[in-house]
Amino acid sequence: MNIDPAIDIVLLALMAVIALAVVRMRDLFGIAMLFSMFSLLSAGVFTILDAADVAFTEAAVGAGISTILMLATLTRTARTERGNGSKSPVLPLLVVFVTGALLVFGTSDLPRLGDPTAPIHHHVAPRYILESPKEIGIPNIVTSVLASYRGYDTLGETTVIFTAGVAVIALLGLRRSRRRRRGTTEDAD
Amino acid sequence: MLHHTVLRVVAKLLIPVILLFALYVQFHGDYSPGGGFQAGVIFAAGIILHALISGLDATMDAVPPGLLKILSASGVLIFAGVGVDTLLLGGQYLDYNLLLATPTSGQHLGIFLVELGVGITVASTMLLLYYAFAGRERGQ
Repeated sequence: MNIDPAIDIVLLALMAVIALAVVRMRDLFGIAMLFSMFSLLSAGVFTILDAADVAFTEAAVGAGISTILMLATLTRTARTERGNGSKSPVLPLLVVFVTGALLVFGTSDLPRLGDPTAPIHHHVAPRYILESPKEIGIPNIVTSVLASYRGYDTLGETTVIFTAGVAVIALLGLRRSRRRRRGTTEDAD
Repeated sequence: MLHHTVLRVVAKLLIPVILLFALYVQFHGDYSPGGGFQAGVIFAAGIILHALISGLDATMDAVPPGLLKILSASGVLIFAGVGVDTLLLGGQYLDYNLLLATPTSGQHLGIFLVELGVGITVASTMLLLYYAFAGRERGQ
């Protein structure tokens, strides 16, 4: 019996609940933890979709590192979010509903998930699936695509990560060794 | 944070396993899900766990930021260098077929080197980001 739809429904329902909770909450620590759970659940969704590489990345980056970075930032700022006062929620709600309606309307034109006649399955994918064992000779087609067929893109992505690191260090700076700054170690943890 | 015995013991057991798993994801990426990006993030996560348990300073002594800056750049240079190498061999940029005698073995070597570059850059940049965020003092 195929239980994938049931798992999908449970995962997506939990993600919706978490998203609503994030909107309602003011405690930033809790929100960071909920974001982590959201990422882990979407990693589960990717696993159901057989996108193991993407699930891997989502679990490691979304649920892991980015949560840690958010928490590290939180130790430097306030723990709770300030309310936005008494501003009327009508305009934001309207914008959100219109945008959401447009997105839902847009998805009605998309081919169904897994539809074999969808354009995406007739572009370069057949070449990758049929030829990569001969051309590249490694079993993981995702790696073949990322590192070889789409090597330029991956080089660009790596450069983006490097540039982001350079930018963060340029903006925030790096602390020097502890010998000069002994007294600050406790709250840095 | 420094006196939580259970945390320290569990982390001591976990960190080597996490780092080993990162290396597995890195070098087994041709055969199973994973690759340089995921491996780099997992590797950084293992070291960040060390920073969370033992304090940022102990980790910064073990993995100095200066070294990470060099590694972060050299990963990109490894990747780009493979492309330059294939240019010098008379092919197109990042055309791994020319790296070794047969096209598929050249592809194997090229993908291995390129993924290694990605892994090095991602791991060191993630750690640098953590250092930059966690090392900031309040109100700075």
